[in-house]
Amino acid sequence: MSDYRVLPGPEHFLPPAAASMGIRLPNPGEAHINGVITSEEKAYEEAARQFLMAKVPTIFPGPLVLWAWNEKAAKKATAIRHLFNTLKESVQPNQKPMLIPMPDYRPKYPKINPEIEINPNHPNLTIWHNKIDCCVFIGVHCHQANLSLKIIRGGTSCYTIAMCAQAGHEDAMLSFRDASVEKIMLLADTIKRLKGTVQPRLASAKNGVSS
Amino acid sequence: MSKERIQISEALYDIMPSDYQDLVKSATYGKDDRGWKDIGTSKELIEQHSLCAGCPESMAFRYILASLPNPEDTVMVGSTGCTSLVFPMVAVHNIHSLFGNQNAIASGLKRALSVRFPGRVKDVVVLAGDGATVDIGLDMTLQAWFRQEKFTTICFDNELYANTGGQESGLMQKGFVAKMAPVGKLFDKVRLPEIARESGCHYVVNCTVSKPSLVEKVIRNAVHIAREIGPTYLQLYTPCILEIGKNSMEGLQEMRDSEKPTERFAYKEYISDPAKQLLAELAAKDKERKAAAKQLAAQAQAN
Repeated sequence: MSDYRVLPGPEHFLPPAAASMGIRLPNPGEAHINGVITSEEKAYEEAARQFLMAKVPTIFPGPLVLWAWNEKAAKKATAIRHLFNTLKESVQPNQKPMLIPMPDYRPKYPKINPEIEINPNHPNLTIWHNKIDCCVFIGVHCHQANLSLKIIRGGTSCYTIAMCAQAGHEDAMLSFRDASVEKIMLLADTIKRLKGTVQPRLASAKNGVSS
Repeated sequence: MSKERIQISEALYDIMPSDYQDLVKSATYGKDDRGWKDIGTSKELIEQHSLCAGCPESMAFRYILASLPNPEDTVMVGSTGCTSLVFPMVAVHNIHSLFGNQNAIASGLKRALSVRFPGRVKDVVVLAGDGATVDIGLDMTLQAWFRQEKFTTICFDNELYANTGGQESGLMQKGFVAKMAPVGKLFDKVRLPEIARESGCHYVVNCTVSKPSLVEKVIRNAVHIAREIGPTYLQLYTPCILEIGKNSMEGLQEMRDSEKPTERFAYKEYISDPAKQLLAELAAKDKERKAAAKQLAAQAQAN
């Protein structure tokens, strides 16, 4: 097993792909935390804890859920809205949960408005602008998620979570696989359950900004 | 992708940037009589472009995107050059090819779309600069025409390599001195419209983009003919105002000056016989459709 750990950055300008450092993807029913394979139950708890600790916990829904391609996509969108609402109800007043879309993958540099959207080709702009310190990608095509997660790890200290509908992402600090409506709801339930048991980070902590 | 599938998930509608909401609400996807007159009254398929202020290419882009007959089922293929700066802002599926490969990629794409979506109209439109079309990509351009591939090739002819500082291109006029071509062009402008005709294109037009209604007409003709009969080619003059020493507001006049009867962009059109027949049929259908719509409107008013 690799000694390499997928940790919040800033790692450096071009961090290695976690896969090239020996990090492998979880099998069905598993997840990974920092590159270490673990049970899904533990991953739900850790993801919820990270969200509840963060100053600006953020959900980034991608095109696979933002656009109503089919009934499943629309249901996932509803579940994501529920997750966001649960998050809002579960955090303290000085925390600022956000829901920022990634509508498509066009490299709209430098026109992107980081207040209202995130772009996979320069995700740092949105993370820096909003001081996001924990985020989850849901409904982003894998190749674009990989690109974004690596850029975020390279240039920010943001904790990244991937709720992947396929096999998961090595480049996220925490990754689920085979994401479904049920799994999104389960994450929301875990956040609700842990509400009040986790202290948010101190106000002085650096958020999402590279040193 | 059909228009019906381009819908935003209701639960996340409010967080979508207004650009996307507008595209779904008021863009002209699926509208039969879409055209340049929609510009200003509906959501355009091009966002703010990243070209130079006053660039005629930006006008051409707007007119072309407003005129495509079937944008929701069109794939555009671009190539390296100023056009590749605009494609990221375009709400039509597009592919960026390697420099000069655009017609080869479009050939494969058109064939693949025909296999994947039999019985459904899928248009492919190549849009590249003169360097990609005539110099670096001439082989691929001609071979696609020889093979009678059913797609439209549009060349934005600015008569030099504008994107890299003004090098000589095959479509540059003889004697022209550019920043990176100080000796001056030693041979004539390549006569690609004539070459296109001889290579099997069924519809060839050489013009400027000074008149939006003309651009609309030639785009619609070219796409319809390519869809049914075979390759079509449009050579549109989109001068690079920076490289020819003009100011931002002088692009339109430059095009008007260049389309005079004795000039190199005087309107030139070639239509093959089968294409002529198709255009006549389309015109007749269009007339019928308009008459029916008029009758329907009159009936509605009477009721």
